[in-house]
Amino acid sequence: MKSLKAQAHHLSNSAAQLKVLNEGSFEQFSQKLKAINLFPLKPTRIQTFQVNLGKMCNQACKHCHVDAGPDRKEIMTKETMQQCIDILAHYDIGTIDMTGGAPEMNPNFRWFVEEASELGKHIIDRCNLTIILANKKYHDLPEFFAKHKVEVVSSLPHYTSTRTDRQRGSGVFDRSIKALQMLNSVGYGKEGTDLQLNLVYNPTGAILPSSQKTLESDYKKELKNRFGIEFNSLFTITNMPISRFLDYLLVSDNYDEYMQKLVDAFNPSAAEGVMCRNTLSIGWDGTIYDCDFNQMLDMKVNSTSTHISEFNLESLENRNIAVDQHCYGCTAGLGSSCGGQTA
Amino acid sequence: MKTYYNSEDLKKFGNIGEFSKELADKFFDYYGSVFKEGALTAREKALVALGVAHAIQCPYCIDAYTKDTLEKGCTEEQLMEAVHVSGAIRGGASLVHGVQMMNHTKKIMM
Repeated sequence: MKSLKAQAHHLSNSAAQLKVLNEGSFEQFSQKLKAINLFPLKPTRIQTFQVNLGKMCNQACKHCHVDAGPDRKEIMTKETMQQCIDILAHYDIGTIDMTGGAPEMNPNFRWFVEEASELGKHIIDRCNLTIILANKKYHDLPEFFAKHKVEVVSSLPHYTSTRTDRQRGSGVFDRSIKALQMLNSVGYGKEGTDLQLNLVYNPTGAILPSSQKTLESDYKKELKNRFGIEFNSLFTITNMPISRFLDYLLVSDNYDEYMQKLVDAFNPSAAEGVMCRNTLSIGWDGTIYDCDFNQMLDMKVNSTSTHISEFNLESLENRNIAVDQHCYGCTAGLGSSCGGQTA
Repeated sequence: MKTYYNSEDLKKFGNIGEFSKELADKFFDYYGSVFKEGALTAREKALVALGVAHAIQCPYCIDAYTKDTLEKGCTEEQLMEAVHVSGAIRGGASLVHGVQMMNHTKKIMM
């Protein structure tokens, strides 16, 4: 599957996506926040630096909000990564969360992990699993992750192959299972180790996620019984109505109903706990955003500090977080973030 | 095209209170209580509802409980098994009357 960008699809343009999101008669997200005295939305304290190392990926998933894939060439340079490390060395930001694309495809990925590890930061790698088997040079990633106590967070949209492959591509489930077994074999997800392996569920369609607790119990039972796989926690994540998932919603005639569902399910507790309040998202070119979704919509932070070369924590911690209609995805039902439910 | 059923009407279910608020309030209050977690899980109740929806052939209920069961983490196989339970009960309900037919046949025939 080609990326929307490679197809020259009109929704590869962020302005076109925002236009679609604002055309409907849905109540403005900012109005919802005003009604609960949360507007303008302000940060709490920045605890996580989420760094997008590039849009290149060995997969091209149907719902991908990054529009990532093998045909995307945007990649973070070592210079920009060094700037991230310098900031992390200087400020009390405890967690670095590496995402992509497939972050491991960045040629300086291992150097970046080693530098962050030396700083004593908690490192998260959003690993798509299949990258571990994609090429011989990635086969030792489980050992590398273990050495640096990297928390591995991996998408597995379902414990059945049909649903996973429908969203992520043919054969992805089998390769993901093999990769999970490799991670287990070095201690990931096992009781008595501190090697965290967390899985991510996101719906394979125009529905909201199930209860995280119930689904986690299903996953644990099914993956253990069928494949002997263990993991720590399951994070349930709502699909954001942007990029490829927005295209899917429109083409399948599910857009209006899905958006209405997100609006109707607005949960004030979830709004209080949205991840953009304690996270900064860094784009592959060093631009600063409130979250990975705003990044893909080219909505820069409302701050004098919009690039890591001019990083100013005080300005960023006092900014007004940029919101738009897609933000309903994080506040619906039990809430959604890169760490799962928020309410 | 005009049809007797309109999928948009499902969203208006709550409007039945317009003509009789007290009864609607009582019904929706009861409905909400029925579907809460209890001796049966909310997921089990949703699967029962999906089966019943097929038995009574209510298109609104089929749409609503297809989505609800999927959102509660059921698989496609589980949904179809619930539909087959419904089909088996409906089919069985017809066939068990065959005993009545046989009884009557034996009564009136030599």
